[in-house]
Amino acid sequence: MTRPAIRPATGPAAGPAAAALISAKGLGVRHGGVAVLSGIDFAIAPGEIVTIVGPNGSGKSTLVRALIGLEPAAQGRVTRRAGLGIGYVPQRLHVDAALPMTVRRFLSLPVRVPDDEAEAALARCGVTGLGPRQMASLSGGQFQRVLLARALLSRPEILILDEPTQGLDQPGVAAFYRLIEETRAETGVAVLLVSHDLHVVMSASDRVICLNGHICCEGAPQVVSAAPEYRALFGFGTGGALALYRHVHDHDHDQPHRHDDGHGHPHGAAPEDHPQGHEAGHA
Amino acid sequence: MPEDFVIRAALAGIGLALATGPLGAFVVWRRMAFFGDATAHAAILGVVLATAASLPLYLGTLAVALAMALSVTALGRRGHGADTALGVLAHAALAFGLVAVSFMPGLRNDLSAYLFGDVLTVTRGDLVWIWAGALLVLAGLVWRWQALLTTTLNAELARAAGLDPRREELVLTLALALVVAVAIKIVGALMIAAMLIIPAATARSFARTPEGMAAGAVLAGMLAVLAGLAVSMRLDTPAGPSIVAVAAGLFALSLFALSLFELGLGRAGDPRPGTGTALGTALSGREQTSEGASDGQPPA
Repeated sequence: MTRPAIRPATGPAAGPAAAALISAKGLGVRHGGVAVLSGIDFAIAPGEIVTIVGPNGSGKSTLVRALIGLEPAAQGRVTRRAGLGIGYVPQRLHVDAALPMTVRRFLSLPVRVPDDEAEAALARCGVTGLGPRQMASLSGGQFQRVLLARALLSRPEILILDEPTQGLDQPGVAAFYRLIEETRAETGVAVLLVSHDLHVVMSASDRVICLNGHICCEGAPQVVSAAPEYRALFGFGTGGALALYRHVHDHDHDQPHRHDDGHGHPHGAAPEDHPQGHEAGHA
Repeated sequence: MPEDFVIRAALAGIGLALATGPLGAFVVWRRMAFFGDATAHAAILGVVLATAASLPLYLGTLAVALAMALSVTALGRRGHGADTALGVLAHAALAFGLVAVSFMPGLRNDLSAYLFGDVLTVTRGDLVWIWAGALLVLAGLVWRWQALLTTTLNAELARAAGLDPRREELVLTLALALVVAVAIKIVGALMIAAMLIIPAATARSFARTPEGMAAGAVLAGMLAVLAGLAVSMRLDTPAGPSIVAVAAGLFALSLFALSLFELGLGRAGDPRPGTGTALGTALSGREQTSEGASDGQPPA
């Protein structure tokens, strides 16, 4: 199987930028002449979990698609590390009813995997024994988990998930985020996650990027939630708090935290953690 | 013992079914029915071209079908209203082909042979062309199977995995042109698309995997060829349309059988996964959304 055409990392980029799995410099994307994204500087390092939040139409999906190479860049450039293995979970995957497809068969696309590996991946994602089921018969949550299992089977260096928790209820979201976090801990995979929820991101995010056509602010979750740019964009409803899903390890039945818990995350952060606020012109 | 020309006809049809089974499955999955029609109708122009240039019939049809398939593919990429554009092309190809035939006195009398096929006149030489073309299509599809299937499922998933959906589309385009060249003598330009779609749609009712559907389409196609030839011999009906008529009958039977099957399962409370109503799935292939019930099942 061939990998996507890779541009070698060039330029004087040194340090973390050189080690980045995917990076973008001055990236702009246009849809039919309208600028959807502009001036995006982005990099994700091995093992890092980055969450992208932003309102509808802010270009979240466009950004991840451009990073994968599914959308051409109008300006700037995207650089993927040579031979980078990407596990992509698209926002929507429509399996045409004319196409019979069991879960087991789906897991063997595009690369055939042995039965034991397929079963292990399903078990890993909490959908043991779903192999013989038809893809079209799965519930929303099962479908997302099967997509994740397939993405993991290729042993990617980076998982790219576009709104993977859409259509899940709160326990489902909590369980899914925990699964992502455990996977990162076990395999060291980097995770780039688009969140459809403005106010709730997984606590394991190393970095949150707040997007609205451009990067409004970015930094550690706690830092972003305190940033004026974030509050200006999303500061309604929950008083601007960026709530985090956290684990509770002391009992079996997972009680996910509600959006409005606002439970202890430090709002005052160390000075060097200040969000890199670009000029915040939100129109 | 059947006569030689019947055996040759059966062999030709079986060869064709080997190629149209898996390719037809892709035509159904990718909704390329009109695409198939446009390419097949162009074959009439190919016949005229081959006759005018004294080329082998198969080369002429292959060349024109290929040109048509490639232009249709290019048109689709430019984002034209695919359905309308294909409809225009499919019928324009047919009309121009028929007009061109009228200028070729030698062809005018044979016109129905090219429109509806003339499988009973297949020669040993034809058999070589037919089987070579069919095996080439089959080999190409088997070779690219995983990539084709991934691309068909979701082009973006394929690209994220490093595949090039355009290259895979090209494989299908080439295969379609080859099948048209192979099939013109057997079922004729008007019926080629039927041999692609009907056996595959028949197999859909019972298939659980893509491979199962492709294999089922091959079987349904072969059965239609053999039974259609038998009907044609017995009732003295044209062979090509008889084959397609039998294929359509098999399709109707498959829907009926599936309905009975689902009724039985419905009573047993063990819904067959992946199918809503048999008719809905086989005919329109409409989406069955999996939204709604979300499982809060924690990971293992």
